[in-house]
Amino acid sequence: MTNDERLLEVEGLKQHFRVSSGFTVKAVNGVSFHIRRGETFGLVGESGSGKTTIGRTIIRLYTPTEGHVRFEGTDISGALSHQALSQLRTKMQMIFQDPMACLNPRKKVIDIVAQGLDIHRLYRSRQERREKVYEMLETVGLSEEHANRYPHQFSGGQRQRIGIARALIMQPSLVIADEPITALDVSIQAQVVNLLKSIQETTGIAYLFIAHDLSMVHYISDRIGVLHRGYLVETGTSQEIFSNPIHPYTRSLLSAIPHPNPILEKKRKSIPYDPAVLGIEYDRGALRHLEGEHFVLSTEEEFTAWT
Amino acid sequence: MKRELILRIRDLYISFRTAAGTVNSIRGVNLDLYRGETIAIVGESGSGKSVTMKATMGILSSNGKVNDGVIEFYSKDNENAVTYRILEMSKREIRREISGKRIAMVFQDPMTSLNPTMSIGTQLMEGMRHHDKLSRAEAWKKAVSLLKMVEIPEPEKRMRSYPHQLSGGMRQRVNIAIALSCDPEILICDEPTTALDVTIQAKILELIQNIQKERNLSVIYITHDLGVVSKIADYVSVMYAGKIVEQGTVNEIFYDPRHPYTWGLLSSIPDVTSDQKLFTIPGSPPNLLHPVKGDAFAPRNIYAIGMDYLEEPPMFKITKTHYAATWLLDKRAPKVHMPTSLRARIDKMLREEGTAYDE
Ligand SMILES: Nc1ncnc2c1ncn2[C@@H]1O[C@H](COP(=O)(O)OP(=O)(O)OP(=O)(O)O)[C@@H](O)[C@H]1O
Ligand SMILES: Nc1ncnc2c1ncn2[C@@H]1O[C@H](COP(=O)(O)OP(=O)(O)OP(=O)(O)O)[C@@H](O)[C@H]1O
Ligand SMILES: [Mg+2]
Ligand SMILES: [Mg+2]
Repeated sequence: MTNDERLLEVEGLKQHFRVSSGFTVKAVNGVSFHIRRGETFGLVGESGSGKTTIGRTIIRLYTPTEGHVRFEGTDISGALSHQALSQLRTKMQMIFQDPMACLNPRKKVIDIVAQGLDIHRLYRSRQERREKVYEMLETVGLSEEHANRYPHQFSGGQRQRIGIARALIMQPSLVIADEPITALDVSIQAQVVNLLKSIQETTGIAYLFIAHDLSMVHYISDRIGVLHRGYLVETGTSQEIFSNPIHPYTRSLLSAIPHPNPILEKKRKSIPYDPAVLGIEYDRGALRHLEGEHFVLSTEEEFTAWT
Repeated sequence: MKRELILRIRDLYISFRTAAGTVNSIRGVNLDLYRGETIAIVGESGSGKSVTMKATMGILSSNGKVNDGVIEFYSKDNENAVTYRILEMSKREIRREISGKRIAMVFQDPMTSLNPTMSIGTQLMEGMRHHDKLSRAEAWKKAVSLLKMVEIPEPEKRMRSYPHQLSGGMRQRVNIAIALSCDPEILICDEPTTALDVTIQAKILELIQNIQKERNLSVIYITHDLGVVSKIADYVSVMYAGKIVEQGTVNEIFYDPRHPYTWGLLSSIPDVTSDQKLFTIPGSPPNLLHPVKGDAFAPRNIYAIGMDYLEEPPMFKITKTHYAATWLLDKRAPKVHMPTSLRARIDKMLREEGTAYDE
């Protein structure tokens, strides 16, 4: 149930980290994309390519080095009033990549999940608070009994679901889900993905879904962006990316998906990718339109050669 | 070549005290690892994979208790055989003799196992300087080369970075580098590549495979990624509710699974070619606060027979290497086949492969 209204627009986003006087990490180098209401945008790419940084910049844990982010029509990339930031922190939620690092070890699960409700006073009584939390725990496949435990008393996958519960309980319009299912077994992964989808169908929530499991990304995303070294090299519908990958990095990535078929997998070879070897310089390229929603970062010559 | 046993876990029982009561998380785990081989442990989230392997490293939360069992590690000291009984060793002995030296573990949560206040270079060099008594310069050189091996760009500059300045996947790779830094005999990897894209994941897995060949390293992988299992494993153990319910060679588990939980697990692998709702195993795992009667999987098992609710199934032998704990394998049980959709999927896999898999 996507409609054409753009919920989030990211334009020319750059994020550079100065680590020391001689060393600046150019994590994000001019990335543009948008997410419509009710849509799922999958972000995939090399480890260290800037996915988490993009997510954290959108939700304003970082101030962008350059570029603009518009959310529900308002530019949120500059200085924000206290009220605007508070509004942002309810409408937009993030499920963090490292579940343990973001769950306060001294707090019980019930208080972790209710944290957003507490800050924004979103209940009338203790009982309502408790019920909301229990209901959310059920939704993510945990139970009431887990509410009084501490984070370290859970398995990796259970902790990940606490992070999901904490984000969804706020009923946001956008969730930035940074590898939300990596620590789960395939059956529970499927359960969580089905859950995210059904919540989307009833509430029209949008997701920025960051993940490495390409079959899951394919399944859940309406559109996908492929990131390499801080550049968006290709974007298109799930279908366009998977059935007609154009950029050599996208092709290499898709060729490296391991197959759950041992005899085949032990023989499979993937396509290597090194931009230097191919003479690709991302800065010289621009996003060129292929068809439908399909764009690829390339120079004119590259575009002709690849298509 | 004769297989040489290096790790033996027998009848391991572990429980945890919680506010709601005692949880019996590990309920009789048995596992054998042979030198130079790779075992993958797969299974339900929360089934006890991490707790079991941490126990092998002598690690247990303060509210946990080992109620029964043995963990024996058959090591070598200059070609002399030494047996370590892990559960009988003190924390100090384990730190001196085992952890990070003979057995190294890559933990599931990369952030918590790195010290946020120390540069990654210092953390990498720590073990080498402590166990191998390398000089600072030698350790620095080795650390940089390890970072390069795990595909960290600009390794010299990154030596001075702190964990929060790295991406999730880089932190994971630093952990792998630390684990490899002391040339262990056993490497335990708990979800080591979850934060890696498939291209870097493939390189890291191949790196470990190469080291394994060179040094006869034995590896245990805990992973939910059945594609990874296909790539690296010789043997697979499937865990459910604190027990290993099926084990076999990787081919036996993927092409001839016998336990209904394994059927469900394999059926849940998303199929890129279809847009159908993903399959999930109905119901939820048992609450181990309460004793389990019969087969723990029975309430979720549409093939369950009366016996499943009464008595715990033993491990039935299927081949010399393949075992499964389900009453369906009992001679008296009705003949039940795996779900037809899974059968079709396996047949398709075998066709893709081109060569028939003979049982
Ligand atoms: N706070 C920071 N200070 C310095 N450098 C940083 C910081 N945060 C991220 N970086 C660097 O920015 C780059 C991109 O990191 P990011 O976490 O966005 O990658 P990612 O795509 O999420 O990777 P992964 O898939 O491994 O999680 C990396 O080189 C990382 O080291
Ligand atoms: N300190 C603890 N206190 C109470 N319960 C615990 C503790 N540590 C682990 N558990 C419980 O023991 C069970 C096994 O946990 P374990 O971490 O081994 O699961 P896992 O198989 O590794 O799961 P995952 O795939 O999600 O990482 C879980 O149900 C978990 O909640
Ligand atoms: Mg990340
Ligand atoms: Mg675990």
